[in-house]
Amino acid sequence: MPKDGGIGTSPKRREDIRFLSGTGRYTDDINLHGQAHAVFVRSDVAHGRLNGIDTEAAAAMPGVIRVFTARDFEGCGGVPCGWQITSRDGSVMQEPKHPILAEGKVRHVGDPIAVVVAETLAQARDAAEAVMPDIEELPAVVDMKAAVAEGSEKVHDDLTSNLCYDWGLVEDNREAVDRAIKDAAHVTTLELVNNRMVANPMEPRVAVGDYAAHSDESTLYTTSQNPHVIRLLMGAFVLNIPEHKLRVVAPDVGGGFGTKIFHYAEEAFCTFAARALKRPVKWTSTRSEAFMSDAHGRDHVTKIELALDAENNFTALRTETYANMGAYLSTFAPSVPTWLHGTLMAGNYKTPLVYVNVKAVFTNTVPVDAYRGAGRPEATYQLERIVDKAARELGVSPIELRRQNFITEFPYQTPVAVEYDTGDYHATMDKLLEITDHAGFEARAEESKRNGKLRGFGIAHYIEACGIAPSNLVGQLGARAGLYESATVRVNATGSLSVMTGSHSHGQGHETTFAQVVAEMIGIDADQIDIVHGDTARTPMGMGTYGSRSIAVGGSAVVRAAEKVINKAKKIAAHLMEASEGDIELKDGQFTVAGTDKSVAWGDVTLAAYVPHNYPLEEIEPGLEETAFYDPANFTYPSGGYGCEVEVDPETGHVEVLGFAAADDFGNVVNPMIVEGQVHGGLAQGIGQALWENCVYDADGQLLSASYMDYAMPRSTDLPMFKVDHSCVTPCTHNPLGVKGCGEAGAIGSPPAVVNAVLDALNRGGHAVDHIDMPLSPARVWAAMEAARANMGAAQPAARAQETAGGRSVGTP
Amino acid sequence: MELSGQRTIDAPREQVWEALLDREVLKECVPGCTEMSGSAEEGFEATVVQKVGPVKATFKGDVRLENVERPDSLTLTGEGKGGAAGFAKGGADCRLSDAEGGKTRLEYEVEAKVGGKLAQLGSRVIDGFAKKMADQFFERFQDRVEGRGKAAATGGAGGMAQESAAPADADAAPTPRKWFWPGRVE
Repeated sequence: MPKDGGIGTSPKRREDIRFLSGTGRYTDDINLHGQAHAVFVRSDVAHGRLNGIDTEAAAAMPGVIRVFTARDFEGCGGVPCGWQITSRDGSVMQEPKHPILAEGKVRHVGDPIAVVVAETLAQARDAAEAVMPDIEELPAVVDMKAAVAEGSEKVHDDLTSNLCYDWGLVEDNREAVDRAIKDAAHVTTLELVNNRMVANPMEPRVAVGDYAAHSDESTLYTTSQNPHVIRLLMGAFVLNIPEHKLRVVAPDVGGGFGTKIFHYAEEAFCTFAARALKRPVKWTSTRSEAFMSDAHGRDHVTKIELALDAENNFTALRTETYANMGAYLSTFAPSVPTWLHGTLMAGNYKTPLVYVNVKAVFTNTVPVDAYRGAGRPEATYQLERIVDKAARELGVSPIELRRQNFITEFPYQTPVAVEYDTGDYHATMDKLLEITDHAGFEARAEESKRNGKLRGFGIAHYIEACGIAPSNLVGQLGARAGLYESATVRVNATGSLSVMTGSHSHGQGHETTFAQVVAEMIGIDADQIDIVHGDTARTPMGMGTYGSRSIAVGGSAVVRAAEKVINKAKKIAAHLMEASEGDIELKDGQFTVAGTDKSVAWGDVTLAAYVPHNYPLEEIEPGLEETAFYDPANFTYPSGGYGCEVEVDPETGHVEVLGFAAADDFGNVVNPMIVEGQVHGGLAQGIGQALWENCVYDADGQLLSASYMDYAMPRSTDLPMFKVDHSCVTPCTHNPLGVKGCGEAGAIGSPPAVVNAVLDALNRGGHAVDHIDMPLSPARVWAAMEAARANMGAAQPAARAQETAGGRSVGTP
Repeated sequence: MELSGQRTIDAPREQVWEALLDREVLKECVPGCTEMSGSAEEGFEATVVQKVGPVKATFKGDVRLENVERPDSLTLTGEGKGGAAGFAKGGADCRLSDAEGGKTRLEYEVEAKVGGKLAQLGSRVIDGFAKKMADQFFERFQDRVEGRGKAAATGGAGGMAQESAAPADADAAPTPRKWFWPGRVE
């Protein structure tokens, strides 16, 4: 077919018509007859003993239907965790109960204590203020290293300590790594903080619970990236509702970035309350609530050491990371600092020995879980920062040091469990240097100097792992779920198709890209194809969208199901044309018999399938609908080179991003425009983390950055026009589309590129600063420059002695 | 946050001490206080209307006198709950000593903490706010004891507190403005 709609073309996003015209249907647009409104009473203190809750006054207020507390949930389970990590000593992680409403203790600011359900939202809000919890405040556990020190206050009284697990990868390499570092010609060491992020999707979380007494069926409408996962976790582990009596619908969802993967107490509450009250119950998060109840991201404190031989070859890498879990284990929290982080610590480099140690810690803060990139940004940040620092210490080019150590032969078995199937890191580096006009940098730096500014160029080269799989492997790694994806292709009698996918689109544009794939396979227009997602009643059991898995895993499932449909349709076509099945070809929506002029149209075959008058009934069943479950053989490994050019104002420490370029290898690309958009969004979030965003707690566990006055989101005017290239293509070797996934790359590769650029600018300007913790606010950059000046270019104790690097995210915003 | 300061009050130490324990005096001097009941021995119950940054709330809470060493030192501690606005708590260590000319030196160290929405939305302005609250309190206290100002003139009538709450509000507003808007890139 003409390439105006198939794979590799950029038709505009079909879903944008409804998003841009205000006709999208988000969860908050769903208002059911007789619906009541829920408002959560949340803890103001980080840690305290909950001695009682006086609900009497609230219950008597106008419009109040019922006030719920933990007592109402006796007999229900807690919010479950979907991944179990085994510690170095062979013990399984400590897994505290995560109640729907606080039982006995409150453990973070925002921990839900009670819920008022009332006729109107205003009545529920008023009554929520009258609920009086009796809380005896306890010392808050905030600093991770203090939390695991002897004698620390415990977040969970029934656990032995605040240490969730102490994990190593690969434990057998530990001694060899220690030895290699001891024997190295040069060792570069860096301590850094990966700052805590709030995901801030544009649409806050919403849940609407409904109960149909006539069928005993519960329905939950929710802002989720994976409705089947929510149905399984909530039905089987929290509320004991069998799956056939529970439907979960995630309609249009306005951004997720990971924080809408997880099962939340509010979802279980609304489903539970709708059953209890026999009427729909709705909760819509306020923005303030989102800051203190949506799972946060990142928050790692790491010491990393890189050993090099006398020729600057990397010989060993060792890391020790403290990873904040928050007060409870969110759904996939344990996997993020471990299997999504440790396995990426080889990066693009052929370092023969790597050892990663991760200590996961409970604190009196909001639970931390996957946020765009999830573990991989933390790994990339450490690696790409230490490689830059090593280059500076050794006086070599950071570009050449990277090139010298690049992996060049594939498949490549890393020392941290994973095997890269394909890649070409020199190609993306070459492309990056070309599109950043690296050759012209010195002239631009001179120009900046004349204007009293410091210009710097920073580079980062990332690898990531997408489409985590296969299921039997992830099961061994502790996942309590499979990681396949599903698709049903339902062909209607007149030839149009409904494609039901287990993937979920919340901004990714699946309705466009998945349709492009099927349109290409059959040779019909994409407008003949409807993509259905986000409803457990309409789609086969699917695992949803996260980890850049949709096109690689979900798209592959669609391909497999469409192949089954096409194979059956060919049988029907062969019958209609009295030809051999092996001679049937499908092209441009026409079945032809090879070597003849016989043909039959797609619509004639589909009609025959449902009106089987002339049909091989003895060989095949009527109908044309097939389902496929696709379980990948391996992860996919997108990679790329990112370059950032900044100007620093030496008077104020203000950083301006002048240019940012991304040269990615995503394998084959279905819709280049959508891929570019995904990269743009990821870059904005990654640059946001590097320069502005920071979630801050004070020493008492009070959340200080809980509004857009104190939590600085990137804005379009803060960012330059990005240069994005994905012409370097090494197709994935093990999925049918040769695709790798692109959703998270931007957020993974950009933070170290920005920080490296700022440090390059400072060092070029004579300020011997070797590290500044993110976000690189003017205050931090200026303080680092001043400290460097005081030391007259000596090593930088002062740069790290500032309050930001003390081992946690406590400090000034 | 913590801050300290001192004032020299033109009154004998015994008189200053008595004023520190006087419910009516405290009511007039705590900025935004609309109600104060109880006693120095049993503790006071107070209602305070205040605006911290963007959060305006009515705080209800207790004020206790601790470490009472008559007539040398005492600690005033208070905790107020502001409903959806969160909570504020703080204390002031006060020390009295004789100064020249029959005057009394009042030294104080103040500590203030906030939680909930106040911390989430108002943390940037808390230091300035707490300093202003402390300054106003001790300013009014000095005026009252020295027999100056509106507080003395009206003799602690019921309407007084409302009146004095208003300027506290008005004064607090410009501080947050100054701090909030340039907060963009920090």
